[in-house]
Amino acid sequence: MLIKRPPDIKPSEITSLSLYLRRREFLKDSALAGLAIAGLGASAPITAATAEKLVNIRKSPLSTNEELTPFEAVTNYNNFYEFGTDKEDPAANSGKFKPHPWSVQVAGQCAKPGTYNLEDFIKPHALEERIYRLRCVEAWSMVIPWVGIPLADVLKRFEPTGNAKYVAFTTVMRPNEMPGQRRAVLEWPYVEGLRMDEAMHPLTILAVGLYGAVLPNQNGAPLRLVVPWKYGFKGIKSIVKIEFTENQPPTTWNISNGQEYGFYSNVNPEVDHPRWSQGKERRIGEFLKRKTLMFNGYADQVASLYTGMDLQKFY
Amino acid sequence: MRDRLWYGVFLCGLAPFLWLVFLVVSDGLGANPIERITHFTGDWQLNLLLTTLAMTPLRRLTRKNVFIRFRRMLGLFAFFYVCLHFSTWLVLDQFFDWDDIVRDIAKRPFITVGFTAFLLLIPMAVTSTKKMVQRLGPYWRKLHSCIYVIGTLGIIHYLWLVKADKLVPIIYGSIFVLLLVLRLPVPQWLKDLPPLLPQTGNQPG
Repeated sequence: MLIKRPPDIKPSEITSLSLYLRRREFLKDSALAGLAIAGLGASAPITAATAEKLVNIRKSPLSTNEELTPFEAVTNYNNFYEFGTDKEDPAANSGKFKPHPWSVQVAGQCAKPGTYNLEDFIKPHALEERIYRLRCVEAWSMVIPWVGIPLADVLKRFEPTGNAKYVAFTTVMRPNEMPGQRRAVLEWPYVEGLRMDEAMHPLTILAVGLYGAVLPNQNGAPLRLVVPWKYGFKGIKSIVKIEFTENQPPTTWNISNGQEYGFYSNVNPEVDHPRWSQGKERRIGEFLKRKTLMFNGYADQVASLYTGMDLQKFY
Repeated sequence: MRDRLWYGVFLCGLAPFLWLVFLVVSDGLGANPIERITHFTGDWQLNLLLTTLAMTPLRRLTRKNVFIRFRRMLGLFAFFYVCLHFSTWLVLDQFFDWDDIVRDIAKRPFITVGFTAFLLLIPMAVTSTKKMVQRLGPYWRKLHSCIYVIGTLGIIHYLWLVKADKLVPIIYGSIFVLLLVLRLPVPQWLKDLPPLLPQTGNQPG
C-alpha cells in the first residue's frame, strides 16, 4: 500500500544530518542530495534505495559477520510504542514526525552541561558501522547494521564528574507527532538508563543510521541508543536529554512492570521473563528458533562488568 | 436446509481463513509470519466465540429464531480457529519441541489457561451433532454451558499475554460480560414497574 501525502516539511527547510556531514562534497553532489531529501519529505515508505545515504562510514572489528536482517524487516517490524503498540504501527504512523532540527540537552554531574544541536553533537566523531545482534525481550532477534558513534567518546566530551555513576536518557515528548503518546500505555516520556561503566563500554553506541542511511523515524530518528547485550527496549529512541546522575535513574518498563523488567535487562537465557521463556529466540526470517546466548553472545566483552553480581536478582 | 443464507453464513465464517491463506501465498504476513498467524487465528477464535454467544441474546431481543439456526455452525468455526491457533503454536512456533511445550503449559499461566480452554472445547465440538444432543439429553445443556468458562479463560489468556496495552483484551472482556448479562432473566421488580405514560403538559400553555 502506498499512500501519498503532501510533504509535511518543505524540502528547502531541511538541513539534514547527512547533508551536514557531507558538506564538503555538497557542491559536487547537490543535485543528488536534493533528490534524496525530496524523497524524505514525502511519506512514501522508505526503502533501502530511497533512504538518505550517510558517507564516510568506518567499518568496525566489533561487527558480527552474521547474515543481515533485510532492510524491509528492520524498518517495518518495530517496537516503538510512541507510534503505536503493533509492530507495523511505527512505520505506518511516524510519517509526521520531524527529526530535524534536533537538539540534545546534556545535564547533571558534568563540567559541560548545555543544549547542543545534533550536528554539533555528532560532528567531532567519525561514523562507524556496527553490525550487532538485537534481541527483543519478546524472544525475537535481528542482525542490524547500525551507523553510529561510541557513546563513551560523546560522554567524555562533557567531562562527567566523580559523582556521575549513571547516565539517564529521555525520549522526546511530542503527542502531536507521536500518536502513541496520546494514550498512557506507558508513562511518557520514555526514560532509560545505564550504569556509567555500561555507558562507557566500547560496544555501546549512539546510532544515527542503519544500512548506511539516515535512521528512519520508526527506528528512533534522529538519535538512539544501542546496547547489544541488553534487551532491545533498553535502546531508547529519539533522545533529547542525557543526564549524568549519582543515583540509579528510573526506567520506563521497570516503572510499568518491575517484576518483569529490571534496570539491567541483560539478555540472559537463564532468567526467564515471568510470562515466557528466554531460552530461545526466533531470528526474524528463520523458521526454527535458536538458542539465546548469554549477554546476547557478547559475554566475552561484557561479562566482567557484572562479576560478583547475582544476575537472578539484578535482572 | 442448506439455503442461500446457510451458504452465506458459512462463507462469512470461512472468510478470515481464506484471507489468511491469501496472505500466506502472497507473502503478506510481514517480518514475523508465525507471530502474525498466531495472533490472527487467536483473534478470530475470540471473534467467533463472541459471535456464537451473541446468538441467544439476539434471538431474545429480536424474537427471531434464525439466530439459533446458526449457533452451532458459528461455534464449530470458533473451534476451527482455535485448532489453527493451537497447531500454529505446536508446529510452527515450537516445532514439536515437547519438553518446551509441556514446560510452557505447566509454567506459563497464560498458556495454561489457553490450553485448558482448548481442551474444554473438544468435548463440545464432539457433542455438537443432532444425534449427540438427543443422546445426552439434559446433560448436553450442562456440558455446553462450559462455553462460559471457555470464554472467560480465553479472555484471561489474552489479558495475560499482552505486555502493556490492555485495551483490546478489555474490549473483548466487556463484550463478553455484556453478552452474559443479556442472558439473565428479567428481574421481577423490572417487570412490576408501571408502564410509561405518554408525556403531556410540558409545553407552556
